[in-house]
Amino acid sequence: MSEGLYSMEAKDFDKTLDLTKIKPYGDTMNDGKVQLSFTLPVPCGAEAVEAAKQMLRKMGLENPSVVFYKELTPGFTFFNCYGSYTHTVDYSTIYVPKVESNTMDMYATDEYIKENIGRPIVIVGASTGTDAHTVGIDAIMNMKGYAGHYGLERYDMINAYNLGSQVPNEEFIAKAVELHADALLVSQTVTQKDVHIKNMTEFIELMEAEGLRDKMICCCGGARVTHELAKELGFDAGFGMNTYADDVASFIVQEMVKRGMK
Amino acid sequence: MQKSKLGLDFEKVEYARSLAKGIAEDVQAFVEQYTTVAVERTLCRLMGIDGVDDNEVPLPNVVVEAIKDKGVLSEGALFFIANAMIQTGLSPQLIAEKVAAGELDITRVVTTDPQQIAHVLQPVINESMERIRARRARREHYLDTIGEGPKPYLYIIVATGNIYEDVVQAQAGARQGADIIAVIRTTGQSLLDYVPYGATTEGFGGTFATQENFRIMRKALDEVGEEQGRYIRLCNYCSGLCMPEIAIMGAFEGLDVMLNDALYGILFRDINMQRTLIDQYMSRIINGFAGVIINTGEDNYLTTADAVEAAHTVLASDLINEQLALMAGLPEEQMGLGHAFEMDPMLENGFLLELAQAQMTREIFPKATLKYMPPTKFMTGNIFRGHIQDALFNIIGIWTHQGIQLLGMPTEAIHTPFMSDRYLSIENAKYIFNNMRSIGEEMEFAEGGICRNRVKEVLGNTIKLLEDITKEGLFTALEKGIFGDVKRPKNGGKGLAGVTMKGGNYYNPFVELMKGKR
Repeated sequence: MSEGLYSMEAKDFDKTLDLTKIKPYGDTMNDGKVQLSFTLPVPCGAEAVEAAKQMLRKMGLENPSVVFYKELTPGFTFFNCYGSYTHTVDYSTIYVPKVESNTMDMYATDEYIKENIGRPIVIVGASTGTDAHTVGIDAIMNMKGYAGHYGLERYDMINAYNLGSQVPNEEFIAKAVELHADALLVSQTVTQKDVHIKNMTEFIELMEAEGLRDKMICCCGGARVTHELAKELGFDAGFGMNTYADDVASFIVQEMVKRGMK
Repeated sequence: MQKSKLGLDFEKVEYARSLAKGIAEDVQAFVEQYTTVAVERTLCRLMGIDGVDDNEVPLPNVVVEAIKDKGVLSEGALFFIANAMIQTGLSPQLIAEKVAAGELDITRVVTTDPQQIAHVLQPVINESMERIRARRARREHYLDTIGEGPKPYLYIIVATGNIYEDVVQAQAGARQGADIIAVIRTTGQSLLDYVPYGATTEGFGGTFATQENFRIMRKALDEVGEEQGRYIRLCNYCSGLCMPEIAIMGAFEGLDVMLNDALYGILFRDINMQRTLIDQYMSRIINGFAGVIINTGEDNYLTTADAVEAAHTVLASDLINEQLALMAGLPEEQMGLGHAFEMDPMLENGFLLELAQAQMTREIFPKATLKYMPPTKFMTGNIFRGHIQDALFNIIGIWTHQGIQLLGMPTEAIHTPFMSDRYLSIENAKYIFNNMRSIGEEMEFAEGGICRNRVKEVLGNTIKLLEDITKEGLFTALEKGIFGDVKRPKNGGKGLAGVTMKGGNYYNPFVELMKGKR
């Protein structure tokens, strides 16, 4: 299975980077190298390997190579594979909507609030619907924070309320009204069968029905949440992987100022 | 006195244990005065009441609600069932069906004579006890004949939402080497104040815990266990608003392991603390009698609080959980006290701190089937590093002789495990467990080194915390957010309405029967 360890195959392709036609990179520009693993519902054997290779070709991979395979349980075979991707993507014309704010640290955000808003702001967050996971909302809100980024509870100028998990949307919104929230954070961890999409859509519909949508800034977050998805669902911003309390707080305070919320 | 590899001061450990005992006794004095709707439904199930009415409401709920609606729940379900049996001559199941049909007022009293009540219930009580004993004997027979895998047991989860798909995944996992299969419950089940009925094929992030689903999975695991020549344990969740009910269903259907923490529901599901503490007592009595290993949930503290700073809260909670479990008659060998490998992987010498704590937990609870939880909080989606984090976790598992190794998945934080994720995780653990089998016997901890100092610090902080809780009582400590940085009011949370003080006719012989006889 070590064929390709010292690859002798001719590299007779253009090795200059062209951003209008990019390909995956292994160790040579435009070699298109991709690694992937998957399981097929077939017994282990030569036919299984051939099926995996055909699958790779259909994905647009040349020189498909199955480097490891193993039957996980009778009738299911697992593969590790490599291949060279044949298609290209035009990187130069890509546009992705992003949260447009400058990320400030906790101290700068507190200063910003004092100077531009002049009162502590109220942020209410929860893991809503049936979602029982608090890991996301805790990472953003808990005093301690996550990965060295202090959570919103630690900010002097933010009154942060973490309502925990499995909070129904109605209850969440009622609590937000009671606390005079400036901004709401909806956290969604479970995404099986797109349950998060349904729940977040329901949240926005409720906010609109209550006439609150324009009065509060609505953000959502979670490992599978992107800003693009958030905008599509009617939120003001979405915070996915590798975003922290600073990103969330910075967006909220700058958005408040932009909207003239005092 | 046992010898510590870490230079642990066992006198201090015993002092900590005595503090925990005092705290638990305080809780126990409270618990014994009360019952809950969940406990009463459990007693209905012990009377053989099962099934649902025309609106899919489980009959135990129908009966208990009927009693509660009349404001007499304090007398307990058995008192009224016995009265109805004397009155009608019917079995508890038929009585429940008549209550559901609106044909019988369950609260009509014909006698308050305790002897008469005990007498009429006796055959049904014997039958239920026998049913559980037979289940237990069945497990013991398997263990005596086909045997089991070596410790740490490899524990994996299945979570497809569909019990029949779960069977495929579970059998595959067992063939790959898993010793314990946990069927993750569907999101939100912990907050249902009833247990759904029948086989289920729809769930979010897990599968409904129902008695029929337990039965289906038990059968599948016995099949694969016989095929593999190794008994495969089945795990579910005795938590939420139906703790004792799930326990009795598990006892009837031969479950082997149950998540069953005294505090978890309070902290992480916002269930009222009085409700959970009363429910945990009855559920643990059942689990103890049924030979079920309980798992406690201290690992969860470290998902909300910092693993380095909050290590002592884990140990303190383990000690309290141990004492509460002992009071429910649960033997130490059946205590899967929880702890976790949850430090930031970027921490210098973090591995040593984790190793020290795992060894410390082993030495403080020498007989317990400790449950060691894998990294979750710092699993990032980088599956390659994640696989290494899990490997370090596995090294500590074998080194410190953990009882149950809950296998981490490289794809933690991405999706519920694929069949191949489980394969990779089991391969990882088996490789390390075999390759490093005796490392714990070979290695010593340096005098004055990082590990010895760490456990001294953690034990010291644990004692301080237990002293504080002793002064305030557990209820107040929970209100102040001592565990997991989560604060819960004594009268807040879900399920308080289902708590009632026991009345003069209250009768529940199972407490003594189950605690007394094994």
